[in-house]
Amino acid sequence: QRPGWRLPEAPLKPSVPQFCNSPTVIVMVGLPARGKTYISKKLTRYLNWIGVPTKMFNVGQYRREAVKIYKNFEFFKPDNEEAMRIRKACAAAALKDVSAYFTKEQGQVAVFDATNTTRERRAVIISLAKEKGYKVFFVESICDDPEIIAENIKQVKSGSPDYVDRDIDEAMEDFVQRIECYKASYMPIDDEKDRKLSYIKIFDVGSRYLVNRVQDHIQSRIVYYLMNIHVTPRSIYLSRHGESELNLLGRIGGDSGLSPRGLKYANALADFIRSQKITDLKVWTSHMKRTIQTAETLGVQYEQWKALNEIDAGVCEELTYEEIQENFPEEFALRDQDKYRYRYPKGESYEDLVHRLEPVIMELERQENVLVVCHQAVMRCLLAYFLDKPADELPYLRCPLHTVLKLTPIAYGCKVESYFLNIEAVNTHRERPTNVNINRDTEEALQTVPDHV
Amino acid sequence: MKHRSPSEQHHGKKPRVPAAAASASPQDGMEDKAPSNPRELTQNPLKKIWMPCKNGLPEKHISQRKVCMTNCPTLIVTVGLPARGKTYISKKLTRYLNWIGVPTREFNVGQYRREFVKIYKSFEFFRPDNEEGLKIRRQCASAALNDVRQYLTEEGGQVAVFDATNTTRERRETIIQFAEQNGFKVFFVESVCEDPDVIQENIVVSVKLGSPDYTNCNTEEAVEDFMKRIKCYENSYETLDEVLDRDLSYIKIMDVGQRYLVNRVLDHIQSRIVYYLMNIHITPRSIYLCRHGESELNVKGRIGGDSGLTPRGKEFAKKLSQFIQAQSISDLKVWTSQMKRTIQTAEALSVPYEQWKVLNEIDAGVCEEMMYEEIQDHYPLEFALRDQDKYRYRYPKGESYEDLVQRLEPVIMELERQENVLVICHQAVMRCLLAYFLDKTAEELPYLKCPLHTVLKLTPVAYGCKVESISLNVDAVNTHRERPEVGIKTHTLSRHTTSTDPLFARISFHVLSALCKHSCS
Repeated sequence: QRPGWRLPEAPLKPSVPQFCNSPTVIVMVGLPARGKTYISKKLTRYLNWIGVPTKMFNVGQYRREAVKIYKNFEFFKPDNEEAMRIRKACAAAALKDVSAYFTKEQGQVAVFDATNTTRERRAVIISLAKEKGYKVFFVESICDDPEIIAENIKQVKSGSPDYVDRDIDEAMEDFVQRIECYKASYMPIDDEKDRKLSYIKIFDVGSRYLVNRVQDHIQSRIVYYLMNIHVTPRSIYLSRHGESELNLLGRIGGDSGLSPRGLKYANALADFIRSQKITDLKVWTSHMKRTIQTAETLGVQYEQWKALNEIDAGVCEELTYEEIQENFPEEFALRDQDKYRYRYPKGESYEDLVHRLEPVIMELERQENVLVVCHQAVMRCLLAYFLDKPADELPYLRCPLHTVLKLTPIAYGCKVESYFLNIEAVNTHRERPTNVNINRDTEEALQTVPDHV
Repeated sequence: MKHRSPSEQHHGKKPRVPAAAASASPQDGMEDKAPSNPRELTQNPLKKIWMPCKNGLPEKHISQRKVCMTNCPTLIVTVGLPARGKTYISKKLTRYLNWIGVPTREFNVGQYRREFVKIYKSFEFFRPDNEEGLKIRRQCASAALNDVRQYLTEEGGQVAVFDATNTTRERRETIIQFAEQNGFKVFFVESVCEDPDVIQENIVVSVKLGSPDYTNCNTEEAVEDFMKRIKCYENSYETLDEVLDRDLSYIKIMDVGQRYLVNRVLDHIQSRIVYYLMNIHITPRSIYLCRHGESELNVKGRIGGDSGLTPRGKEFAKKLSQFIQAQSISDLKVWTSQMKRTIQTAEALSVPYEQWKVLNEIDAGVCEEMMYEEIQDHYPLEFALRDQDKYRYRYPKGESYEDLVQRLEPVIMELERQENVLVICHQAVMRCLLAYFLDKTAEELPYLKCPLHTVLKLTPVAYGCKVESISLNVDAVNTHRERPEVGIKTHTLSRHTTSTDPLFARISFHVLSALCKHSCS
């Protein structure tokens, strides 16, 4: 591993600033169908991707475990004492798991996803956090636009396990009643009474925000992220450059141009993009020749981002895997042991790449339709963000040449459509070999190297 | 006509995008273009950027990733009573935006007023019933807006910060119309504060250090007059209203950053501005910048690499530890890069420190670990290009100062959030950080003096930064290379030949360089 110079006996320091000494509980607040779970899942995904261990705790899930079958909205009536008891117990169970996550699983952020619409409920959370030394940050979503709410209910609730046996209209009707049950007792965070709390209020899906008492770095990052995401429908297209000269030779890195097949791909990509009839498409490339050549055929403006450059292989730049094995067998083995954290000598790691790509992700969140023409390792990192892949899977995600991935956010996740544009190319994907020991022999090391010239 | 995309209509968003921008929107989908033969690419010799070219000459049509990707310039308008920190915010924001590469300028209406009314008599000038005064103030605002227009449309400016009270809806409406006519986006920054201590402190700052209005009074008189001045504005103050102003883009900063109201952020630059404003604070603190102790490669006159400290370097580390202890700094954070020499230096302090990869020295690519003489021998063109434009020049397979600034932006953001910090870094890195704090231009930045074994203590004061340079009295080599003069064997380049001209590649230079002295091993 190469996490940076470490002198003997010095404790390893992380390569990013310490986000927080105390764990943080993010507490969602809001009526049903206000996007709380959407925000919770997205935020959790983002924080994990940038390296902050985060977990989501959805109280509705706990309720579904406790009450196997959901009958109807009557469960949520404020005078339903039996149900009230169950719901309180569920919240308590979830909070208990939050504590366990922090103390036993080295979690750093917990997202507590529930309505939390009464001051009383929020007070319980605050006092628990105070007792245990956790920081609390509230995220309240306020929205009264009936169209948005109806859309939410349709998109998400009809798919909910609560409504699995009902048709859309029934589900809709029941859910609307459910919301009414909460409305009477809903007390939004009060700007006066709650002025000592740390929170962000999101109005009308991001039209307006009220931010109070941001305490530390991680809360500042969370606020920035929440203020940049939107729900406007759009698609993100990810593609690698066309096959390059060095690809053909099985050499990694470098700054070569496209092979003849790569050029063919560039043209096929242009045709494909045209056929998609995308409005207002932004096109981004790296600073490397092969992505720029690929974008050139599109005939539209594109932006070059240095941050999209391929992972820097340092001393291994432009070598074949065989040459790396010959010259740096130990490095080669170390990489297979922990491909995410391994840093090439004088180069980068996937972990470094993720940090470098964070502004790209932030801008992708702000934008609408974008085509990103990039590189294998870079594309793996971006894909891992959108598909919520953990660090150990990220370096092995399949991102073959001459294939466009179309990502479209839906409900709580991302739909992926893969388009191979029918132009042959070498395979550059190297699976993890069976033997990753430093003492392995050459054959074992090169077991999974793809063919090349 | 206001432009509204279908998505905006659906969610009820109504941004006021100026008409000019709507028609100048970016390219449509490429429905009707025939497939083109790929253009030839050439790599710009200075920045190492691949660009399409025809007959060896670069063509436009691509854009470099710049921070501000808006087509229209942005007008930032401050709002607030006097002594609410508007000028402080304006200056700081301008400094930050320029540093990250967005050409920005502030326009302080008070300044225009001072030029017009040579001598300031008293607060009476600001009385709402002073017709003459009002007339002059309106003229000054107009003059300032005129200069804004010129800066944004003719001088390549991208952001203008219009620093005035702008406390009435009427005044703000005038500005909005002005912006619409000219195709500028408008973003308001309102500062609201009722804390009497903060206001008092601000007044003292304005009075003692800022304002030429009060050069001839004593502090007490000045403060009294200033407070009466504030009163003149109070009655007609119309704060940005959640309902009435719901279509405007703004941030309202309340109580020096305790609370923010953010409305309708339209684009990337506004989002960055909001993020920045939400991270700055005014708590007194100091930032200490220094380089690692002298390294083995330093004494060999070699650049880059990852060598350890020399004995003198270790001596410096020890002295640094003593110095830091003597400063008795509360809660000091210590940051290093991930290179051996900064970490060795920090180790001597015996306190926890954080390693930041982004604090690593500039990557000299193929020139790593070379001496300047070797670079001159092996890459004379590169060497010359670097001296032509040291800020934008990128080493082959390496970085430029411009790249460094982009990479260091999260460090600056975190420095703004923090209080007392010691940053142990490298020459080029330190120059970039220093340029941010001292508002140095891109031209000056690569030549800022950051000698080894010297600590710079930066303390924010009034509108700027006090710098104390403390040499810890341990000898070290000098690694500073001055801007060289170009020798007589060169071709004279016309003013208009930019570094993106591929003709560059065919001109040879003989550079009389002021190589730094170093002891030969």
